[in-house]
Amino acid sequence: MSETFTKSMARNMFYGGATFFFLLFLALTFDTQGALPKRDHRENITPEVVRGKHLWETRNCIGCHTLLGEGAYFAPELGNVYPRRGPEFIKAWIKAQPTHTPGRRQMPQFNFTEEQLNDLVAFLKWTSEINTSNWPPNIEG
Amino acid sequence: MQYQSQAVAKPYFIAAIGLFVGQILFGLIMGLQYVIGDFLFPAIPFNVARMVHTNLLIVWLLFGFMGAAYYMVPEESETELFSPKLALLMFWIFLVAGALTIVGYLAVPYATLAAMTGNDLLPTMGREFLEQPLITKVGIVIVALAFLFNISMTLLKGRKTAISLVLLLGLWGLAVFFLFSFYNPSNLVLDKYYWWWVVHLWVEGVWELILGALLAFVLIKVTGVDREVIEKWLYVIIAMTLITGIIGTGHHYYWIGAPEYWQWFGSVFSALEPIPFFMMTVFAFNMVNRRRREHPNKAATLWALGTGVMSFLGAGVWGFLHTLAPVNFYTHGSQITAAHGHMAFYGAYVLVVLTIISYAMPILRGRAANPEKGQVMEMWSFWLMTVAMVFITLFLTAAGILQVWLQRATDTPLPFMAVQEKIALFYWLREFTGLVFLIGLVVYVLSFFAKGETKAA
Repeated sequence: MSETFTKSMARNMFYGGATFFFLLFLALTFDTQGALPKRDHRENITPEVVRGKHLWETRNCIGCHTLLGEGAYFAPELGNVYPRRGPEFIKAWIKAQPTHTPGRRQMPQFNFTEEQLNDLVAFLKWTSEINTSNWPPNIEG
Repeated sequence: MQYQSQAVAKPYFIAAIGLFVGQILFGLIMGLQYVIGDFLFPAIPFNVARMVHTNLLIVWLLFGFMGAAYYMVPEESETELFSPKLALLMFWIFLVAGALTIVGYLAVPYATLAAMTGNDLLPTMGREFLEQPLITKVGIVIVALAFLFNISMTLLKGRKTAISLVLLLGLWGLAVFFLFSFYNPSNLVLDKYYWWWVVHLWVEGVWELILGALLAFVLIKVTGVDREVIEKWLYVIIAMTLITGIIGTGHHYYWIGAPEYWQWFGSVFSALEPIPFFMMTVFAFNMVNRRRREHPNKAATLWALGTGVMSFLGAGVWGFLHTLAPVNFYTHGSQITAAHGHMAFYGAYVLVVLTIISYAMPILRGRAANPEKGQVMEMWSFWLMTVAMVFITLFLTAAGILQVWLQRATDTPLPFMAVQEKIALFYWLREFTGLVFLIGLVVYVLSFFAKGETKAA
């Protein structure tokens, strides 16, 4: 690097750049916070949805599945599983695990009560209604 | 070594390498489960193996960063560490807490672990990479604060160099952004939005400051190039890192419910994120070419050059590959993501920690450099692991392209599991390459035991 560009100029570029772009990030976050209610439909977050999210987390579902494309890539996307399969299929599927099909990827049995299954489905239904800018590209996720 | 207290770095480095071995073994288990789905089921379900694999990675890199700081800061500050005893105490607390967490993952069902560890008081568990029980998370904060206190006090009483300031800034940032792991709103969109403040602002933000500082330190030592030159490069690189990387967070906000303007912000800024990594490569080669001394530790130089190149390929090139919103629409959450994750973490963070270990460990053992034979083994391990990682990445990329083609970019999409069966060949190839990586890692561990003539440090 040239001699006219000194270390203190580089340092100022670092501190100035970092501060400016962090403030811009905060401003964008502030704007996003304002825009989110129309996109996440938080008015529909019922106690069932809250409990369902808690079940989703404490069973570490994200360790195999993706949810809105984030998580592990071992098992299907579940952000749109509600429209893909419907509530009854989802519950029956969870109850039927593991399949014990030799060589096939296996999902654990969680021994959910009927109420817990309904909570999970409520969470997945609410999740499927988030405005994700049309992602995923098709129903297969 | 110039200061006695630098010796506390040694257990940190040893623990890092030990946990690295564990991480790779669990990686191989998962790789096999990709093709033999019921392998080790129900003893170690995939999600458990994955938690162990990713959490071990994070923890051993943190051990590496802390060891690096304990080694570097006294030397940079030209003073003994504020409290070596505190550093050793924190080592044992962190190691035991980490080990207990891993045992918890393996020994009891995750829901039981959550109930046992107070997750109902403040639910933070069950989110990718932040699976740790609440008490572990609190433990991480305590260890991090004690560590930062120790390092900051050392810096305050001694010489303040750009390298140690940047390192400290990165480490403080690491601790501050980790606090977002305690924020878990029941609104999934908000949860995801701030989850990235830990994950993205770590690996594409403050961790890069740590990476830059470690690399700069080793380059000063092995090349003897003037500090002014190296520190100027360091500032420019990390300036570009944060200028591009902070708003670059937007590339995670395309499809999780955030407003659509993030597609523009995310695409434009993250398209620039390869720049600091490219500069890192140029920097490393430039400094080595302009070297003013022939340091006896050839292996350390190789790791340093490798960090530059592989972080550019893994984080820069493979990141850019799927970062533009119209591309990411198809690749989001596919094997392309996995391919990028593997090479980026290896190229940037694994290699930089192995660089500092390669440079510092011989000195901590009272020699300027390892014996010739040990260095040759180290270099073999570099090439075995690096070439293996390149192929792991290529095979996962191939799997990802096919996955996108069959499942997403088509009028007749196939279901997820049907696609997985069709691309199994690439998972097998990935698993075999993973074995080569393991061989490289074994050679690496053995290199520490190589005998031969050495000069005193």
